[in-house]
Amino acid sequence: MNLRRVKAVAKKEMIQILRDWRSLGMAIAMPLLLLILFGYALTLDVDQVATVVLDRDRTQVSADFVSRFGRSRYFNIREHVSTYEALQRMIDSGKAQMGLVIPYDFSEKINKGEEIPVQVILDGSDSNTATIILGYVEGLVQIYALDLSRTPQYRVYSHPVKRSLPLVDLQTRVWFNAELESKNYIIPGLIAVIMMVIAALLTSLTIAREWERGSMEQLISTPIKNMELIVGKLLPYFFIGLLDVSLSVAMGQFVFQVPLRGNLLLLFGSSAIFLVGALGLGFLLSVVTRSQLLASQLAMVVTFLPAFLLSGFMYSISNMPKAIQVLTYLIPARYFVTILKGIYLKGIGPKVIVAEGVFLVLFSLGVIAISNRKFKKKLV
Amino acid sequence: MASNPFVVEVESLVKRFGSFVAVDQISFQVEAGRIFGFLGPNGSGKSTTIRMLCGILMPTSGRAMVSGFDVIREPERIKERIGYMSQKFSLYDDLTVRENIRFYSGLYRIPREKSAERARWVIDMAGLSEREDSLTRELSGGWKQRLALGCAILHEPPILFLDEPTSGVDPVSRRNFWQLINTLSDKGVTVFVTTHYMEEAEYCDTLALIYRGRIVAQGSPGSLKTEAMPEDVYEIECGEPMGAMEILKEVKGIREIALFGKLLHLMVEKDVAVADEVKRVLESHGIPLKRVFKTTPSLEDVFVALVKEDDRKRLRSEVQKAA
Repeated sequence: MNLRRVKAVAKKEMIQILRDWRSLGMAIAMPLLLLILFGYALTLDVDQVATVVLDRDRTQVSADFVSRFGRSRYFNIREHVSTYEALQRMIDSGKAQMGLVIPYDFSEKINKGEEIPVQVILDGSDSNTATIILGYVEGLVQIYALDLSRTPQYRVYSHPVKRSLPLVDLQTRVWFNAELESKNYIIPGLIAVIMMVIAALLTSLTIAREWERGSMEQLISTPIKNMELIVGKLLPYFFIGLLDVSLSVAMGQFVFQVPLRGNLLLLFGSSAIFLVGALGLGFLLSVVTRSQLLASQLAMVVTFLPAFLLSGFMYSISNMPKAIQVLTYLIPARYFVTILKGIYLKGIGPKVIVAEGVFLVLFSLGVIAISNRKFKKKLV
Repeated sequence: MASNPFVVEVESLVKRFGSFVAVDQISFQVEAGRIFGFLGPNGSGKSTTIRMLCGILMPTSGRAMVSGFDVIREPERIKERIGYMSQKFSLYDDLTVRENIRFYSGLYRIPREKSAERARWVIDMAGLSEREDSLTRELSGGWKQRLALGCAILHEPPILFLDEPTSGVDPVSRRNFWQLINTLSDKGVTVFVTTHYMEEAEYCDTLALIYRGRIVAQGSPGSLKTEAMPEDVYEIECGEPMGAMEILKEVKGIREIALFGKLLHLMVEKDVAVADEVKRVLESHGIPLKRVFKTTPSLEDVFVALVKEDDRKRLRSEVQKAA
């Protein structure tokens, strides 16, 4: 491999990128745009649940119970209604996600120490959200019951057996993402997915463009070697990719306030290895199809869907069917998502991600080796 | 070991695309330092041949050596020794003149101390000294052509392959272009050039006429005109040339009549003396004949005659096959 030729190709490619505002825009603006779009849209947190209340008891006791919902950050009481139909309308129209119905004998039964049925109506069309809301309600009611049981008034009336039940006090501690904020694990994964897509998309045009414009015929009549062309073509995009990673990390830090616990050097080192593979994949598609349109569409399909669905970025791999789980081992983004989440959330060191790193190296080398074999300095 | 005087040797070279035979069993040799012209109409296999010789297209069968290297086995060795200018402009439109030159300087690894001088030479040769920083897409056809030639000879290759280098270029640019090629040839560069312009063919030392993938004749322009012609050519000057054309068609031995200004060119079966017969027939129709004489055919005459003969041969063999 001759460095002079590599440099000539890299320089020429860089001039062309800088001169074409569309490719430059795609290289720099698109990852940031995607990060903002997905970063804000893809929140799995459920809070400020729109709630409608039908309080039939209308006493100090029931008002105290309802106010516990109002004070919680998870609920937002939109309206108090006086009929069941009105409550139903609110939920049907989507103005409320949850309805809370307090029976007319609420305070009476509390005072007697009897069981009190309180109705919660949930919009179950989004089952995941409904399950999460239900969990909040149960937790809140449990605390209410616990507080009640400690009041002297309740002790007088309550059932003697129930009162003697030992109370298990659960002391939970969440590791790695103590605030349980979804953005803290979505953003690192998102950076991985976006880098995969952008990198492959960028290089998917390079070889095909030369064929379509006719400049390839001149290029292949020179003594340039395949590896000189590959390295020269990938170099500018490699630096653009690293720039994209830097911008994404900066956005994670300053826009989304995602804590970065691990080593920045490790993050960039693994990004560099991953980039070679992703850029190489786009290059390979360009070599094989010789068509900008086809190559870019293929690059989109083979990177975005697997990276989005099968990398464990949003959907936990351990919850997938076994066959699909096996398939995820073939997705390079899976390893990069694991690495980035580990560095971001757990602050892990290089030893923990050796296996993932080795796979990424193998993937990158493999893609480059296949590109080297597939690129022929022949017209047909 | 005596040095081989031929830098290009082609033997029974064939290229098929599916069932279409683009190049059909061609053989020829190119002597070092000569201008070798490949003359033929569009689609006759010129570009296919030149691409095979440049090592960018795999032949189906046959053998071709360029500068002592086999195009099938050692195409990359050939690429170090040739300059190639493709038919379609294939430099980078979105680079400037200077950037294109620099790129190819890098690819051909021209030593740094020499590259500036070579770049200067190309820019002067192409007459682009005012436009070094213009984007290539803004250049006119003639300039682009010369820039492409410049990039192909930056590294001073001993063999130059030019595929229709002057198509779509104005006559003045074309003449300048040929002057350049002659200069290169004088310096010992072997030039292999394809063209479909007859007047350009006259600049070549040796010509091969290619038609439908086959070489129908080869030799120097002079020898082609005298030896390859399957017919004799007579030039006649007479009154009412249009009417005379109709009448002469009936004369035995005359195969073809073409109007050349006010003159008529008659293609006549070899060694059939028709002068007296022409005179008799025309005068019997009251058309005065001023002059009739046997003349040297133009290259175009030769080419057209050979092509027609080839068509006739093919038709005959097809009819025989069908029968």
